[in-house]
Amino acid sequence: MAKYVKAIALFILLGLAAAIPWITSKYNVRILTLAMAWAIATLSLNLILGYTGQASLAHGALMGIGAYAFGILAQRVGLNFWLALPLACLITAFIGLLIGLPSLRTKGPYFAIVTLCFNVIVYKVFDNWKWLSGGIQGQVVPQPVFLQQRWARYYFVLGCLILTLIIMRFIVKSLLGVTFMSIRSNENLAEATGINSFRTKLLSFVVSCFFVGLAGSMLALENGQLDPTITMHLNSFYILIFLLIGGAATLSGPVIGAVGLYWLLDYMKKIGIKGIEEFRYLFFGLILIVVIIYMPRGLVGGARQFWDWAKSKYKGRKTQEVLE
Amino acid sequence: MSFFLNQLVIGIQLGSQYVMVALGLTLIFGILDISHFAHGHMYMIGAYLLYILMVLAGINYWIAFLICMAALAVAGTVVERTVYRPLRGQPHINTFIAAIGLILVLETLVRGIQPNALSVSKPIDRTLEFAGITMEAQRLIVIVGAIVLIILLQLFIKRTRLGTAIEAVAQDREGASLVGISVNRISALTFAIATALAAAAAVLMAPLAFISPEMGSVLILKAFVIVVIGGLGSMKGAIVGGYLLGIIEAMAIAYISSAYKDVFAFAVLIIILAIRPTGLFRGRD
Repeated sequence: MAKYVKAIALFILLGLAAAIPWITSKYNVRILTLAMAWAIATLSLNLILGYTGQASLAHGALMGIGAYAFGILAQRVGLNFWLALPLACLITAFIGLLIGLPSLRTKGPYFAIVTLCFNVIVYKVFDNWKWLSGGIQGQVVPQPVFLQQRWARYYFVLGCLILTLIIMRFIVKSLLGVTFMSIRSNENLAEATGINSFRTKLLSFVVSCFFVGLAGSMLALENGQLDPTITMHLNSFYILIFLLIGGAATLSGPVIGAVGLYWLLDYMKKIGIKGIEEFRYLFFGLILIVVIIYMPRGLVGGARQFWDWAKSKYKGRKTQEVLE
Repeated sequence: MSFFLNQLVIGIQLGSQYVMVALGLTLIFGILDISHFAHGHMYMIGAYLLYILMVLAGINYWIAFLICMAALAVAGTVVERTVYRPLRGQPHINTFIAAIGLILVLETLVRGIQPNALSVSKPIDRTLEFAGITMEAQRLIVIVGAIVLIILLQLFIKRTRLGTAIEAVAQDREGASLVGISVNRISALTFAIATALAAAAAVLMAPLAFISPEMGSVLILKAFVIVVIGGLGSMKGAIVGGYLLGIIEAMAIAYISSAYKDVFAFAVLIIILAIRPTGLFRGRD
């Protein structure tokens, strides 16, 4: 029964997602396209943080690397779109490998700090090496003919998001996913059962980087141009916030968190009260503290807990009725 | 040669600032096992408080110094009570994320109220000359002030009853609470001391640099770099690492390039971690 409910809900959601370009304003389509790109980035962080338990704060920089790799390959090298896109993801994964090799030796918050340091370095590089990034003027990202229309880009990013979700689901349900989770719950125990934790974490990180590269390429594609601010560490914080508020270690949480919060962020900007643009970070900071204290599993995790609790309560009452 | 010596003095002065901030972090990590990522932002709040006291209220620098330390000690306990205490016992990464929330709150609040960079005047506006070294008096004040504070902190921890209680909690939290030490009081006290140290660093440094909402972010990263380089939770490591990083940075700016001045620290970190993942001194794991 529950299986059918889930299938029907998924079907309705897909139908709604497909209908969006035709039922809402052009502006909303653009915002949702960007939001879905952020959702891919959040899903990628979910693999390394949610399932493997390592909080990377370099994902903002890696997203920027993916975006620049795509932009440079498509514009300056003049590569075909279908070659440039996977190559950009692979380049991001390779840079991720280089970053992961020294940083995954450290554990817990120190991994977060080392990756944050990497993020600052990457930003400095993109900000200073004008020949690479094009400086403030930025890097133009060409949109191929079939993606010139706004709705076409929307469907393309939607397709990438669904593909990412399917692959993530496959990884999480496979033996590899179980290995990741074993490291999250107890690294020493995992080592004792013969898992090479460093290599496993590295694999999780590199796969995660591949997808964050995809997210960056999608952002670049939608915006049509790039500047170094895309590699700033604030973006790493954003991805982290999207993930934790949505719900880490679930598949729907990152999507709900990223799309919902990105939309909210934009809405707050649109209301246009003077100064609110600055104060929305304050708002996010407060939400983050409250969520981590009272709902450490995020919205989806919290809802799931509540559902289980309600179900056990209901079942409990039923058995009691039988007993009476 | 005199150029080298001048850079060395600047390095030691930079290092003094780093040591004061990194020691606070080490205390909080070593005793409470919390990665207090918002520590640099408490430093920033200290600098703004100094501006309010000196420029807006017209209070003497040295009196403002003491008020800042006391006020930030209180602020530190408030942060411990409201943000970290509810998270005790949760995974490390959750406290770290709460700290990111805290830095967003603090930085936005300050930027919303006063976005421009501010400056305060030097208490002793003189230039000293000695054996080919030319330096502003404030640099000497930073160096001496840091040494005095480091010695006072060591004496407090090694020689007083309260300091011994702190060490007991650091070694074995459950054992300490069994013999009647209140862990809550010790963690509030640790935060008070650490934040007062950060405030002292801010007050000492403020006359040499601008006061801005971003001043905490870069500093906290460097302080964490020092804590990792020195060995997690090792006080000796924080002191050696802090001065080492200050000197390396001053030399790199002078002899290599100043465009990347904030990047050297991270490069040093990555090199050291690649060679010695546990840091220079063995701290707590």
